[in-house]
Amino acid sequence: VPIVACHDCDLLHELGRVPEGGTARCARCGGVLRKRTRDGLERTLALSLAAAILFVVANAFPFLSFEMKGSVTQTTVMTGVLDLWRGGKQEIAALVFVTIELAPVVQLLLLLYVLVPLRAGRIPWQLPHAFRLLRHATSWSMIEVFLIGIVVAITKLMGMATIVPGLALWSFALLMVVLSAAIAAFDPEAVWERAEAVT
Amino acid sequence: VSAAATAIAASCARCHDCGLLARLAPHAHEASCPRCGGALHLRKARSIERTWAFVIAAAICYLPANLFPVMTVTSLGKRQSDTIMSGVVYLLEHHMWPLALVIFVASVFVPLMKLAILVLLLVSTQRRSRWRPLDRTRMYRLTELIGRWSMVDIYVVTILVALVRLGNLATIEAGTGAVFFGAVVVLTIFAAESFDPRLIWDAAEAEQA
Repeated sequence: VPIVACHDCDLLHELGRVPEGGTARCARCGGVLRKRTRDGLERTLALSLAAAILFVVANAFPFLSFEMKGSVTQTTVMTGVLDLWRGGKQEIAALVFVTIELAPVVQLLLLLYVLVPLRAGRIPWQLPHAFRLLRHATSWSMIEVFLIGIVVAITKLMGMATIVPGLALWSFALLMVVLSAAIAAFDPEAVWERAEAVT
Repeated sequence: VSAAATAIAASCARCHDCGLLARLAPHAHEASCPRCGGALHLRKARSIERTWAFVIAAAICYLPANLFPVMTVTSLGKRQSDTIMSGVVYLLEHHMWPLALVIFVASVFVPLMKLAILVLLLVSTQRRSRWRPLDRTRMYRLTELIGRWSMVDIYVVTILVALVRLGNLATIEAGTGAVFFGAVVVLTIFAAESFDPRLIWDAAEAEQA
């Protein structure tokens, strides 16, 4: 029986096969030892593909239009970042760019990079590096928080002017759901099991 | 639970990246994971010192984050600067209390609670306290989970700046407070990452041994 240690309290456990959809928790601190999702790799792949398409749409189109006394401005995420940069707030521009653009792109590309070859029965080149980078990208990807920001901004401006939601806004909303589902379905241990089965 | 049933007692460590349990060479404190090449630490290196450094830096940035305006609205020649708290008060006065609540929780309550929890964890771990290790571990998981939600205000400012730029009619600029607030969010995320929750349990073990 394989032995695993709890990530949070270091207690050792003998961990047999976790059933699909099941979660094994630490007996002492309740930390998650292993969460095996149902068809985890296939589901994550399907959801990541959908998320990648939504991400392109969410960035290619304006997500809000603002209309006041006949003047209209539109915004995409990148125009927001560029406006901050030009306005002398480079630190915030960089933070927004990393959490809303860079980290989600890297996260989605790496998920596809790891999962597509594995499904075809091949091991992706430099799998360990890709895997580690994926973990960092996931922790800095904050699309779901951005969506709350959009809702707050819209509500704040509602009395002041006419706000017209754009195509990208709905894409962002869907992207948040799909990306969260992809991450929830992702089972890192299953990646290593599949990779070992291939070799 | 006997004191010997931990990975460290068996000279083993769980890989931070892939979760594999691997054995370290005798007397070694760190190694590379044989499966993924990630870092293996018996305990995170200088966890307490690094976490204190990030917590103190975040606490210092917390003051200017709240004292300086996060944004300035110019509308028909009138300029109005808002700090985080005056923004919340403005929303309350205009009967947008659900919004006021979201901003207050995300921008004021969450960062303060995160800092308070981290200080509590640091002090109790340094004193080798055996007080409620399970609850302290849960508090740690909470700080990891909620930290990112403080970013809401940064995103609101970004969207408003991009959307409202109508020259003399109305413009919105980001303020210095927003820069410091972003620093608070990032520093507290680093602080939570630096802390090693296994240290909480080491004190309890030492007592039993």
